[in-house]
Amino acid sequence: MLEQLLAPAVIIGILASGIQLATPYLYASIGEMFSQISGVLNLGVEGVMLIAAFAAYYIALTTNNVVLALVVAALVGALMGLITAVISVTLKAEQGISGIGIYLFGLGLSDLLFLVFVGTPKAINGVPRLDIPALSNLPVVGQILFSQNILVYGAFACVPLAWFILNKTTLGLKIRAVGQTPEAADSLGISVARVRYITVTIAGMMAGIAGASLSIALLNIFQQNLTSGLGFIAVALVYFGGWRPFRVMLGALLFSMVSALQLWIQTLGIAVPSDIAGMLPYLLTIIALIFAARQIVTQPTALTKPFERGE
Amino acid sequence: MIQTVEMKNITKRFPGVLANDCVNLDVCAGEIHALLGENGAGKTTLMKILYGMYRATEGEIFINGARADLRSPADALAHGIGMIHQHFQLVPGFTVVENVALGLKSSRGPLTDLDVVSRRMRELAAQYGLNVEPNALVWQLAVGQQQRVEIIKALYRDASLLILDEPTAVLTPQEVTEFFDILRRLRDAGNALIFISHKLYEVMAISDRVTVLRDGRVVGQVNTRETNQQELARMMVGRDVITHWDKPTTTQGEVVLEIQNLGVPNDKGLNAVKKFSLKVRAGEILGIAGVSGNGQRELAEAIAGMRRVSSGTIRVSEKIVTNQSPAQIISSGVAFIPEERMAMGVVREFSVAENAILETHAHPPLAQRGVFNFAAINEHCTKLVREYDVRTPSLDTPVKSLSGGNIQKLILARELDRAPRVLVAAQPTRGVDIGATEYIHKKLLEQRANGTAILLISEDLEEVRALSDRIAVMYEGEIVGIVPSDTSVEELGLMMAGARRNL
Repeated sequence: MLEQLLAPAVIIGILASGIQLATPYLYASIGEMFSQISGVLNLGVEGVMLIAAFAAYYIALTTNNVVLALVVAALVGALMGLITAVISVTLKAEQGISGIGIYLFGLGLSDLLFLVFVGTPKAINGVPRLDIPALSNLPVVGQILFSQNILVYGAFACVPLAWFILNKTTLGLKIRAVGQTPEAADSLGISVARVRYITVTIAGMMAGIAGASLSIALLNIFQQNLTSGLGFIAVALVYFGGWRPFRVMLGALLFSMVSALQLWIQTLGIAVPSDIAGMLPYLLTIIALIFAARQIVTQPTALTKPFERGE
Repeated sequence: MIQTVEMKNITKRFPGVLANDCVNLDVCAGEIHALLGENGAGKTTLMKILYGMYRATEGEIFINGARADLRSPADALAHGIGMIHQHFQLVPGFTVVENVALGLKSSRGPLTDLDVVSRRMRELAAQYGLNVEPNALVWQLAVGQQQRVEIIKALYRDASLLILDEPTAVLTPQEVTEFFDILRRLRDAGNALIFISHKLYEVMAISDRVTVLRDGRVVGQVNTRETNQQELARMMVGRDVITHWDKPTTTQGEVVLEIQNLGVPNDKGLNAVKKFSLKVRAGEILGIAGVSGNGQRELAEAIAGMRRVSSGTIRVSEKIVTNQSPAQIISSGVAFIPEERMAMGVVREFSVAENAILETHAHPPLAQRGVFNFAAINEHCTKLVREYDVRTPSLDTPVKSLSGGNIQKLILARELDRAPRVLVAAQPTRGVDIGATEYIHKKLLEQRANGTAILLISEDLEEVRALSDRIAVMYEGEIVGIVPSDTSVEELGLMMAGARRNL
């Protein structure tokens, strides 16, 4: 069994699919990170992903245009983000509870739309693979890193971009301030609500792209509960990464690699009950969070607290 | 640059409260203008109107002679008005320079320009003696340095009128001296400063002019040079203030509180009180003087049963109460006015009535067989509130919306109404305005006349000397001397610093 897994081709295969599987985690958790750093816990990611995944799938199925599908998914996600912002920023609802509401809404709506408009799962032509010239011909590395679809490259590009926005721009300064001491930001004329609307909408849009990456790039299919908890893991990854983009990426890779490993275990027909193998990523979430809890020093202190101007 | 600011006929009404009533205030460049008044006199409200945080119900503001409409702090800043709040508006996880740059337009468009901000910040710092390291994290700075960051923030935004809301409340005496130097430099550079305070000696020391507010109205404006503390106190409170009491001689009875060889650990498990022995007689006030952190807090909590004692005994009327529960100690006749009023003295969210019956709610007539008798509670609380002059809109008002002085009076009412045999009063007048302080002193002396044994713990030497029969000085958890109450402040100071013993 071990020999099977240690064959070079299999290792390359696991690493390549690990990189690929990191895509939805990355989009969703980098987006969620913006929301959390500004002080809004957006638990509805999973629901947003489902709706957007269906939207992208349906557009791709009917028009065969994956670019349009992706744009629609991003817009649907942004719209859901905007709704989340209205609920948690303007209406100041309890964020954990309203997030669960959004999840259930997304779960139900995506399933309903699927049954009404599609019915039975049909495969689609997804986002094409893009071999990066020269680099993709490199031995081993080429196959793992540079022979992926465009959304994979995009996901990894988001990480340094997020770091740059948070640490090198005035917007990033505002986002961090609003999540730590909204009163201080407010006293300097920064609109706490505006900043949070921006981040929560970004989080929604990114969740939308994450959903699309599943339905039109990785799996090229839609079915009920396509995401199966992936959105929740993305939320956990933000904690795990201590609100830092590169650590969040490490977390995403850890999970995607374990997922890839369990997929390959099943593919190779290794005698491990598939339920046990399938459990691995979730088990890992729990263990990782136990350890992550100890290093929460950079936590946005105003997380989940709606801002109300004092007396 | 601001030359003059005039607030004309400012009135501010909150539901049920008239916070400012036709207030006039004028401030000019190059002066430190003190705004003096008791807690609740309307100083902060007035300043929040000037800073655009509140809208005045009536009245107008003129800056350099032109009418200004200040709708938000951003508006006020644009007009050159900056405010340093009592609770600093800083992001603790940010560096100093990030705090200064926050919300400013960057010279690099969407990108931050922290190096540029840092350079200009250093110039400002050098000009006014506001030295702070730009790259230090704010939460690691001492409170005095954080305050400098606030001032730099305002100056960086070209504020030339600075409103300082009770700026010295958080500073140590040494920091206050440095802070006043900074204020003088700012004034001499042509800035206008409004200094909000209720501390008379500070107002006398730093200001050029004083405007006194009482109950939302201006009761006077004077040049500091032409006034004195007594006159200001009279304006502030509305009558002559008694700062010196003639203690009637009382006949001291038997020993009621007896502490022998007491050892009490602090939160870190180290002995904060060591080999502590003391006797307090009925009808006596024993003052405990000492620099904060020399075991006073642990001593008080041990007597009240809120902290475990590691050695020694505490007796109340010869009965040992060491390490008993607070409830048992209360029923032995011990009353406690805790140092941390909001955390230990009251339940913030509870109403005035609920707080007033915290200790007695389970006993008749307030409750019968576990069920409240609201008529009795109402009657009891109405009586307490009236007798102890607690100013509250109603018995159902949550305690957190009362002023510090009124909360302290409520605690006093609850504790003294039980006619205690022993009263432990820890910092009973800290952060309380002059009127309430005077009242609390009066009540303590009444208790003394009634034969209560009182342990008065205070960092205010004048208070200790004025009220006590004897003074015990604490240093590093031990008594370094028990001296008469007319011992000089210098002598007490030396003992408090551990430089002299008098046993």
